[in-house]
Amino acid sequence: MALIELRDVTKTYKRDAIEIPVLDRVSIDVPEGEYLGLMGPSGSGKSTLLNLLAGIDRPTRGSIRVGDTETSSLSERALAGWRARNVGFIFQLYNLIPVLTAFENVELPLLLTNLSKTQRRDHVMTALGIVALSDREKHYPRQLSGGQEQRVAIARAIVTDPRLLLADEPTGDLDAKSAGEVLTLLQRLNKEYKKTIVMVTHDPHAAERATRVLHLEKGTLVEQTPAAVGG
Amino acid sequence: MGLIGSYNLRSMIVRKGTAAMTAGGIAMVVAVFVMTLAIAQGFRATLVASGSPQNSIILRKGATAETVSGLLRSDVPLIETLPQVARGADNRPLASPELVVAIALPRQTDNQNANVPVRGVGPKAFQIRDAMTFVEGRQFAPGTREINVGRLAVGRFKGLGLGSDVKFGNATWTIVGIFTADDAAFESELWGDVDLMMPAFQRIGYQSMTVKLADASMFDSFKAAIESDPRLYLKPSREQDYYAEQSQAMTTVIRVFGTFVTLILSIGAVFGAMNTMYAAVAYRTREIGMLRALGFSRFRIVTAFLAESVALALVGGVLGCILALPVHGLSTGTTNFTSFSEVAFKFRITPALLAGGMLFSAVMGAVGGLLPAIRAARIPVARALREI
Ligand SMILES: Nc1ncnc2c1ncn2[C@@H]1O[C@H](COP(=O)(O)OP(=O)(O)O)[C@@H](O)[C@H]1O
Ligand SMILES: [Mg+2]
Repeated sequence: MALIELRDVTKTYKRDAIEIPVLDRVSIDVPEGEYLGLMGPSGSGKSTLLNLLAGIDRPTRGSIRVGDTETSSLSERALAGWRARNVGFIFQLYNLIPVLTAFENVELPLLLTNLSKTQRRDHVMTALGIVALSDREKHYPRQLSGGQEQRVAIARAIVTDPRLLLADEPTGDLDAKSAGEVLTLLQRLNKEYKKTIVMVTHDPHAAERATRVLHLEKGTLVEQTPAAVGG
Repeated sequence: MGLIGSYNLRSMIVRKGTAAMTAGGIAMVVAVFVMTLAIAQGFRATLVASGSPQNSIILRKGATAETVSGLLRSDVPLIETLPQVARGADNRPLASPELVVAIALPRQTDNQNANVPVRGVGPKAFQIRDAMTFVEGRQFAPGTREINVGRLAVGRFKGLGLGSDVKFGNATWTIVGIFTADDAAFESELWGDVDLMMPAFQRIGYQSMTVKLADASMFDSFKAAIESDPRLYLKPSREQDYYAEQSQAMTTVIRVFGTFVTLILSIGAVFGAMNTMYAAVAYRTREIGMLRALGFSRFRIVTAFLAESVALALVGGVLGCILALPVHGLSTGTTNFTSFSEVAFKFRITPALLAGGMLFSAVMGAVGGLLPAIRAARIPVARALREI
């Protein structure tokens, strides 16, 4: 059984009285351990699809199952708890809190667990170790480079050890070198730590690292055989 | 809540400008709140200090204050000789039949006339009130037109220095002593021999009588003795109860007025806090979206932003209390409604009053922060994350 199962997912936004279709009957299966790349032109609905997977938005029609959870039918409250336990989210603009240190930013998701302060410290330092930023724990975001900020954000996404990582254009704001480091890191998380990853990108180099790439166009899926299969 | 708390706190510090303005507004309101209640507190303390647990004041039945009471000359010996009344070293009863008349004197501050109570007292009056001490001069000699003046009255009215002559009741009176009375209302009065005051003011009786009991526990039997005597139409009260009651009307008015003024002001401060918190929420929309995406519940977001608003208000509360503190101990005066004369008293800031001020600031923070906090929690996550 696939880890993620999207069935006929449709999403329309209402602006004034007009309905804007964003996703139209999308069905995807993502097996456990896959590194899926999502490509498509700007405005094709990639972020919307990722948000639906993350449970931070709801489909207008259709169903979404992740593991044994039918997320599309959870209450708002239950969904927040489910996100905290199951999903690590990586944003294009990192979304680190400027007034918190790297350590504190990574610690945020652990505040929703019952872990003690020392246990939290262990988890945070492990996560910072994986992204190779242990020595930056006391730095504030403005004291870090873009690439380092994104790695802190990745540490934050993995600190609760979720099975699913969702990344929305994680290299969209980075220079080529930093982007390369971030992509290598994601690849390692997939291979070594067995994380299932869905990554939205418009960068073909980024997509190359994925094990499978899907293309979205105007809200519908166009499956293509990737020209080059990474790994 | 620790880290989230410090997140909100540090974010607040980043916006020091608006945060300081908001805290300042709340500080003003809390200062006004504490100061007006300090007036009520001081006024009450002054009147209550006038009473002693061992003393009883006797008024005509049905009279609520000295000014509307009356005692016959013939009542005095009937009361004085009761066994519950304490006696002085000369074996004479510690009882003082008294008369209070208001006269007009010009105030030091604005030269306007205001009413000052003149109290005719018996020779034992100073012994009965144990807090009385002379700071200058001596007690008036019975049978003469010598008078004594309370220290607060000296400060508030013109021409009341030691040795000065004061004209009232078709006679001239000479000040031979100035006394203090532990900030009691007596300190705002002029005292002289009641037997000379009575004809001077064309009275034919006393208004009240104050006696010292041999023991505070004797009040009940003293009261029973008076009430069972068919010749006496009088009602004895414990002196402290009487003065506490006298302060009631005035403190209620001050409290109601003070609360009204602070409520009006607090509306402004609450809107200030609300504005600041709405700005904070708007400014941090994407951060809120991120926190929600990580799994923070709406409830957590509401409490975090409410806590931020309350913390900001508490800073204002501390500031307001500090602003108000210097008035503690300052003297002022007002006309007591029940005696229609000026009573001088001191602002009195108590720990309970400061605690009240802090609580009030917290409430303002909570009220001002509630709607912005709810807005923060209601922002759709997906839309919040799109904010730049
Ligand atoms: N909250 C929203 N309200 C209205 N329209 C939206 C909203 N979110 C996204 N859209 C629209 O949906 C479309 C797809 O957006 P998005 O998923 O962000 O595309 P992509 O990430 O592929 O660039 C766009 O046309 C966008 O304007
Ligand atoms: Mg997008």
